[in-house]
Amino acid sequence: MKLLLAYSLRNVWVRSSTAGLTIGGLALVSLILLAVLMLGNGLNRALIESGSPDNVLLLRKGATTEIASGIYRDQAHIVRTLADIAHTSGGEPLAIPELVVLISLAKSGAETPANVVVRGTRPDAFRLRPQVRLRQGRTWQPGTTEIVIGTQIATRFLRDGIGTHLRIGKRDWLVVGITESQGTAFESEIWGDVDQLMSAYGRDSYSSLTLRLSSSSAFQSIDDAIAADTRLLLQVKRERDYYREKSMTMATFIRLLGFTFTFIFAVGAVLGGTMTMYGAVASRTREIGMLRALGFRPRQILSALLFESLMLGALAGLLAIGGGMALQFVTLSTMNFSTFSELAFRLTLTPTSALATMGFALGISMVGGIPPAIRAARLSVAAALRAPGR
Amino acid sequence: MTPPVVEFQRVTKSYFRGEQEIPVLKDFSLSVPPGRFLAIMGPSGSGKTTILNLVAGLDRPTQGTIRAAGLAVSQQGESDLARWRARHIGFVFQFYNLIPVLTASENVELPLLLSTLTRQERVKHVQAALGLVGLKDRIHHYPRQLSGGQEQRVGIARAIVSDPTILLADEPTGNLDRTAAESVMALLSRLHRELNKTILMVTHDPRAAEYAQETLHFDKGTVASS
Ligand SMILES: Nc1ncnc2c1ncn2[C@@H]1O[C@H](COP(=O)(O)OP(=O)(O)OP(=O)(O)O)[C@@H](O)[C@H]1O
Ligand SMILES: [Mg+2]
Repeated sequence: MKLLLAYSLRNVWVRSSTAGLTIGGLALVSLILLAVLMLGNGLNRALIESGSPDNVLLLRKGATTEIASGIYRDQAHIVRTLADIAHTSGGEPLAIPELVVLISLAKSGAETPANVVVRGTRPDAFRLRPQVRLRQGRTWQPGTTEIVIGTQIATRFLRDGIGTHLRIGKRDWLVVGITESQGTAFESEIWGDVDQLMSAYGRDSYSSLTLRLSSSSAFQSIDDAIAADTRLLLQVKRERDYYREKSMTMATFIRLLGFTFTFIFAVGAVLGGTMTMYGAVASRTREIGMLRALGFRPRQILSALLFESLMLGALAGLLAIGGGMALQFVTLSTMNFSTFSELAFRLTLTPTSALATMGFALGISMVGGIPPAIRAARLSVAAALRAPGR
Repeated sequence: MTPPVVEFQRVTKSYFRGEQEIPVLKDFSLSVPPGRFLAIMGPSGSGKTTILNLVAGLDRPTQGTIRAAGLAVSQQGESDLARWRARHIGFVFQFYNLIPVLTASENVELPLLLSTLTRQERVKHVQAALGLVGLKDRIHHYPRQLSGGQEQRVGIARAIVSDPTILLADEPTGNLDRTAAESVMALLSRLHRELNKTILMVTHDPRAAEYAQETLHFDKGTVASS
């Protein structure tokens, strides 16, 4: 049936101006959907994938965020002695108490400053979160007021990068390195020495403690051990769950908004596609009558016309995915509602979202193509042969 | 005596526009022996096209039976009719009805897609048909690159490529100038003489009708033969 294929393809080609409009419309809608999906992917990456599967986050009972949480030094000490915690090659338990504070930073090119997360931690944090890597410079010397900044901070706030002096708490800090972390939330953070940060803020308790399990299945026993110790009064969460909960509201909101838009535009696109295909059928009524007179079945004509709309859909899908590739270079920032800090993320194209977009484009081109194709197949042959036109 | 290849037995055909009945054929009988070249003439609206449509099973009689190429056409289901049409009926239209996005040879190949022929066999048949109508050198031309007469010859090649039993031609010269019409008519009568095709041709042109063995004159419901 190569000939019928050629027939459909050349019909699309011949009507390229109207077909082009339809393809453009379909592509635009598909691109909107793809952008929503990419937004979701980017948020996921920034928030959920910030957590590592084997990491466990400890917060004060009742606290929902690191900012609002507190862990005393002796509590942290007890936790570090528990079994089931992974150890570094030096024999240290991989359990790091951290202080998280917010500072207000002037954003380059913007009037209002934004909140930025400063995390007091230890150099082992790079072992705990292997997705965070130094891109430039070096890490801070323990016991000094040196800091490293995430790449998003470097591009959006501290353009001068390494060598910049910054006031945090009551001290002056020096940027000595820039980190990157595969699009996760850590790219929007500043890291430094935890003890220096605590004294800069006059605090004597940490915010949270993150530890690496010796094995993924050890979660229950850590959870039990901490619950059993009345001195601890801490809640235990897998790091991924923590980030997932944190991002839930925002991700849902963005998705809802995006899908609403997509839906509205999709209705328009289906109508547009239907009009194009109706036009294609109407101008070809006599031709279709002729094919029926030769002995072609309604079903064969239906498939040729559907194939034609699918071609339109496929072209639109490809265009949309091309657009999505360009969108990958866009970075968006939003207020992270749970920490009130600035969070930047990239629109992220995944194979799944590309496939979904192609499916969507094909789907709505089908929906648009079916009614006219059915109409064409049902035409009375004698009446179709009397029709005017091409 | 050989049985007729087309036979109308007391066929009545009316169209209905709501309540209103528009009678087209009334108690019409016709018998066409195999290999006959029959011209059908008559004023506009007298039912000439309707007859061709009834023969091909594209339309159904209100009453009576129609047999064509061995099949009781008026009693068949749609898909049986489609299969039978592909095998036994070739159509030549006034406006050629070539598909503009397909080349001459592709247009001619169309009916063969409904056969079981292989690709090579199809190509051979197409070349033979286009050779017969004298258009071997126009195989890769699109309809818009052909003259009206050439387009109609492609239309005829398409009608005969599957070697059908009956050729139905509805005003095949209606859209052509004198010379083009003459070459199309010469071609049809050659098909009739050399390939022994049964041809039913509707025409307004007495010159065209002269090529036929017999002419059926329709006038306001009455039929006269000459
Ligand atoms: N689908 C239809 N519904 C109603 N009336 C119809 C329909 N098809 C044909 N008719 C009527 O039937 C009559 C015969 O039509 P037909 O096309 O057979 O005439 P014709 O002899 O071929 O005319 P012409 O020389 O103009 O082609 C006409 O009066 C026409 O209006
Ligand atoms: Mg007519």
